Amino acid sequence: MEIKAGSRLACPDCTVELVVVKPPSGPVTLTCSGAAIVEATADRPGAGHASAEGDGTLVGKRYADEETGLEVLCAKPGPGQLAADGRVIEVKGAKPLPSSD
Amino acid sequence: MNLSLLLEMASSALDDRTAIVSGDVSLTYAELDAAARRAAGRFLEMGATGVVFCGTNDVSFPIALFAAGYAGLPFIPLNYRLGVEQLQPLVEANAGAVVIAEVQPVPGADPAFTIDRADLLDPAFAATTDVELPGFVDPDDVAVLLYTSGTSGTPKAALLRHRHLTAYVIGTVEFAGADPEQAALVTVPPYHIAGMANLLSNMYAGRRIVYLDAFDAEIWIETIRREGVTQAMVVPTMLARVVMHLDGEPANVPTLRTLSYGGARMPLPVLEKALVMFEGTGFVNAYGLTETSSTIALLGPDDHAAAFAGDPVAKVRLGSVGKLLPGIEAEVRDEDGTVLAVGEAGLVFLRGEQISGEYDGGSVIDAGGWFPTRDRGWIDEHDYLFIEGRADDTIIRGGENIAPAEIEDVLRRHPAITDAAVVGLPDDEWGQSIAAVVVLGVAGSATVDELQSFCREHLRGSKTPERIEFRDELPFTPTGKLLRREVLADLTS
Repeated sequence: MEIKAGSRLACPDCTVELVVVKPPSGPVTLTCSGAAIVEATADRPGAGHASAEGDGTLVGKRYADEETGLEVLCAKPGPGQLAADGRVIEVKGAKPLPSSD
Repeated sequence: MNLSLLLEMASSALDDRTAIVSGDVSLTYAELDAAARRAAGRFLEMGATGVVFCGTNDVSFPIALFAAGYAGLPFIPLNYRLGVEQLQPLVEANAGAVVIAEVQPVPGADPAFTIDRADLLDPAFAATTDVELPGFVDPDDVAVLLYTSGTSGTPKAALLRHRHLTAYVIGTVEFAGADPEQAALVTVPPYHIAGMANLLSNMYAGRRIVYLDAFDAEIWIETIRREGVTQAMVVPTMLARVVMHLDGEPANVPTLRTLSYGGARMPLPVLEKALVMFEGTGFVNAYGLTETSSTIALLGPDDHAAAFAGDPVAKVRLGSVGKLLPGIEAEVRDEDGTVLAVGEAGLVFLRGEQISGEYDGGSVIDAGGWFPTRDRGWIDEHDYLFIEGRADDTIIRGGENIAPAEIEDVLRRHPAITDAAVVGLPDDEWGQSIAAVVVLGVAGSATVDELQSFCREHLRGSKTPERIEFRDELPFTPTGKLLRREVLADLTS
């Protein structure tokens, strides 16, 4: 599966939906608690994860893999935990700014 | 990333929270999302190539913007205040786009492709056949085409792609981070980059957005009190009118947490008075350009509070636009392109993901990825960015570069003066000479000699205006930018 900027991705087993902010520098396997991420339009059985670790994936948070540069934004939350080639990918820290708008 | 995804997320997470209030009409996040999807289907069915919006702020503006996003069409808000001879070419340049109109007819628009903006609220305003919205909108597609104000020439069409605007929003705003009671009051028009940024940021934060279709100081304050507004943004001419309206009385708006300002240089006397009247409110100065997808630097509430408390360093910084947002880089260069040291004034260049630097006709981004803002400024040793004004406005008198803003700031400190504009006039001896047009306050009086002596006390002699004229008012755009070419035309006619 090609991971290009703007593509909508989803976990086949839980409710997590993602959008790609920055594509990876090379091929990478993106998983959600072990399940390979699919295109959002693909068939999603939604069986749930046998064991979901961590805090799950939170809506509106950006997740970035330093090694490949892959960055995704969580559009719909779920209990699964994201990983790139087996590396857990962390929430990209955002410094709160005063409202300028 | 595309703009409509921001709404889709907000709608899914916030659902029946109120998104937009305008007069008697209000829409929840879910209702806004549904209306935008319906309109998107209709626009695609019509075969539209873009969505032109010609009107003031109301609920139809976000519906049309996000409908354009869902349909994968560029959104083109036009300045409805322009005269026929200026508006018509802009409408005609976007032939093929559906025109959402507050008032009809719109000059240059095809009546069959013109839609009354009130129709966008009608549940029947949808595709009549089976139209599928594109699930994928390329982040590299043009999201918004904004005409710059063109204070020194013809307006240019700046292109902002989905990736620019979404980089700004997801990089600076915490998704659904606002408490349910937060509300933002928006008075900047849809055709201004601040109007666009206001809508996107506040929606992504989950605030209720309260629209005023025209600015009036009294109504603005009443609306803050009635709606319990927590955030508001104004251009300097609006704040000047609020300050004049309050006439020394406290604003009495306890709900207002943040008041941000930008769009043009804020006169210091206005800001100082406002800080007193709006005690308890945090002030934010936001600097950015259309081509940078809005704000790229901020001077925050702490800096304002320190200046208000009398800290001499903070007082100097009150004249700055604060520090760059994370992810934005700045460089100051001289006319030859040499990068200047800290504290040296020159041309400001910017780089970052939200920066487009592109117009209909080409990009001005250089090989290193830098955008020439054409603003002059400098950065101090603590990373505060100071902006002097547009490079095109710089007066070159006898080989010396003089920023009109520096002289205007001094003139505005004179007790008799409420506003001032400084321009360069053609001069056989010096290349350019300095001329000032000043507006006196109601009870103010001053002679040309007095004002020249006042300038000489605060500035070098070479920066003292050779000519000073008095006028009842200065020409501004509705969004607070001084029209220097009109000042110049007035003086040379």
